[in-house]
Amino acid sequence: MSNAHSIPFRAILRHVLLIAGAALMLAPFIWMISTASKPQTEIFSSELHLIPHQLALAENLREAFAKANLLRFLLNGVIVTISIFVLQIMVALPAAYALAKLRFLGRETLFALVLFGILIPPQATAVPVFLMLHKAGLLDSYAALVLPFTISVFGIFLMRQFFKTVPDDLVDAARMDGISEFGIVWRVMLPAAIPAVTAFGIFSVVAHWNDYFWPLIVLNSEQLRTPPLAVAHFRNSEAGTSYGPLMAAAMVIIAPLVIAFLFAQRRFIEGITLTGIK
Amino acid sequence: MAQIELSAIRKSFDGADVLKGIDFRIEDGEFISLVGPSGCGKSTLLRIIAGLEPQNSGQVHIDGRPVDAIRPSARNLAMVFQSYALYPHLSTFDNIAVPLRMRRLSAIERLPLLGPLLPGRRAKERHIRADVEGIAEQLDIAPLLRRKPGQLSGGQRQRVAVGRAMVREPRAFLFDEPLSNLDAKLRVHMRAELAELHRRLKATFVYVTHDQAEAMTMSSRIAVMMGGELIQAGTPAEIYNHPNDIRVAEFIGSPKINVLPGRIRTDGGVDVLGTALKLACSAAAGECRVGVRPERIDLGTGPFSGTVVHLENLGAEAFVHLAIEGAGLRLIARLADVRHLPAMASSVAFGFAPDAVRIFDPAGKRIELRVEQPERIREPAHV
Ligand SMILES: Nc1ncnc2c1ncn2[C@@H]1O[C@H](COP(=O)(O)OP(=O)(O)OP(=O)(O)O)[C@@H](O)[C@H]1O
Ligand SMILES: [Mg+2]
Repeated sequence: MSNAHSIPFRAILRHVLLIAGAALMLAPFIWMISTASKPQTEIFSSELHLIPHQLALAENLREAFAKANLLRFLLNGVIVTISIFVLQIMVALPAAYALAKLRFLGRETLFALVLFGILIPPQATAVPVFLMLHKAGLLDSYAALVLPFTISVFGIFLMRQFFKTVPDDLVDAARMDGISEFGIVWRVMLPAAIPAVTAFGIFSVVAHWNDYFWPLIVLNSEQLRTPPLAVAHFRNSEAGTSYGPLMAAAMVIIAPLVIAFLFAQRRFIEGITLTGIK
Repeated sequence: MAQIELSAIRKSFDGADVLKGIDFRIEDGEFISLVGPSGCGKSTLLRIIAGLEPQNSGQVHIDGRPVDAIRPSARNLAMVFQSYALYPHLSTFDNIAVPLRMRRLSAIERLPLLGPLLPGRRAKERHIRADVEGIAEQLDIAPLLRRKPGQLSGGQRQRVAVGRAMVREPRAFLFDEPLSNLDAKLRVHMRAELAELHRRLKATFVYVTHDQAEAMTMSSRIAVMMGGELIQAGTPAEIYNHPNDIRVAEFIGSPKINVLPGRIRTDGGVDVLGTALKLACSAAAGECRVGVRPERIDLGTGPFSGTVVHLENLGAEAFVHLAIEGAGLRLIARLADVRHLPAMASSVAFGFAPDAVRIFDPAGKRIELRVEQPERIREPAHV
């Protein structure tokens, strides 16, 4: 086979594979949008079709908003994810700074513990944390949703690795200029670490916005529910699952993430490829 | 503006002694260069003066007051780093303004959103602006005030770093190889600018470098460090002409000083390559090393001879490399007159005046000499 032929062939093969992969990934989303746009009768019809014969998106959305207080759930989601992220940063940055730039006895041991902490899955500590929250009388509150996640060992690790690449001279220059150690964290390290903070923010916000497990365990009150629980609300209703409004609600709750992604696409990719940044 | 006194400074990292008892006094307004090979502890000493690194023992006094328990910023010294260490997210203006803001604004006034609304902030900010602009004017960086460090050239960054140091009128300036990231031409230019700055500010400068040309041209005194010890301090001419240790002699001067094996006789005379020099010393008989600077070697006449093995003609001067038969030695002679170079592979006679000779004992310490008879070198006793 000549070269002129082999290159387009391989390019085509590559694209076919990529498209197939993308289709596989997108299929549930497309199905969701399709279902959200169909009236109940079409959803349960035996024939498979993606494009609804009769567009019922508006009705489904209306029903979704009527049945559940979706806006309230979205607000809960925002409050919880933002609180978690802000607190995580407030803990992780000073800790990472100490681990990366300060010299003290036991630093390596502490860092080893941080690495060890990454290995522990959150489900493993769920029961003890639940009991602690129970003892503290904090179950069924925003605090129950936020507090267990404020110390992110992954965040500390990621920030520490990034801070290692910040030159020591910069820290020393800040000390000569009279900036305090905490000042250095916020005025020097934070601005230098914006890409890492963004990357971590993306992981953190996505993980906690979509978290179903923890809110399900600690919440009772309807008005504290986070977006994923809102979707479950449609499944649990006694009248049987109404898939149209359920999918419409699912669309609404992932919309903020999709919109945020579209706005910050470049940052997002930068963040994911952070390991490649010197 | 400040006199800095170091007494018995010791420092070790992980059990390795990096500074082994440094005693040194830097006078008010001096331009001191700390020179020495890589890893000899220059930066560490500078950081101890700055307060960025605690010493294991010993004291630092500034203007007669001990500063060991005082934070770096409160010592009121300014430091210029090799990497310049500018805040990458701040404009040139803000970089220079940082030390002033830290000093003149209260913690509340520095808060990002609330601060600018406070009543006193405006007036203070106006003063800071005036000061920063004054410095920028002096350093020729006024047009760059809005740029970020990433948009500046190496020389411009260097100036901004100097500006950040100057703006708070420190008692002394500490420089850690500030020119080593610049290209050769810019380095020569900045050298002149820094020397000029020192004359204008009349402040104490402590300047770390391993570039001896910088040290020789700018400083009022040079302190030579080797292996964690300060082995000699003196004016550039003293260090060059009267090194008290062979390591100093070899470190300062380019090309390196020529070192020949010699012998001190029991009567105090000195023999080199089997030739007696018109010199005497009062040291004990034994081996010694004889140093002669390349420019003090006279080609054409003299009791020694060597073969030309390499020629370096730099236009204004030339270096003649000589191999000495039988001794397995190489010498370098500097010729000021490049029009009369010896031919390659030819044999040339050479000699040197007795006052060009420095003798060091096997441990490297200089041995005092008496010149017996000016100028002439005795003919070989027997060859
Ligand atoms: N933070 C540190 N931890 C461990 N060892 C260190 C540390 N800082 C310096 N050293 C060691 O101390 C010695 C002296 O270092 P220093 O930086 O003072 O050398 P220097 O004279 O400035 O050299 P250069 O000309 O290369 O800058 C070196 O051997 C270095 O490895
Ligand atoms: Mg150094």
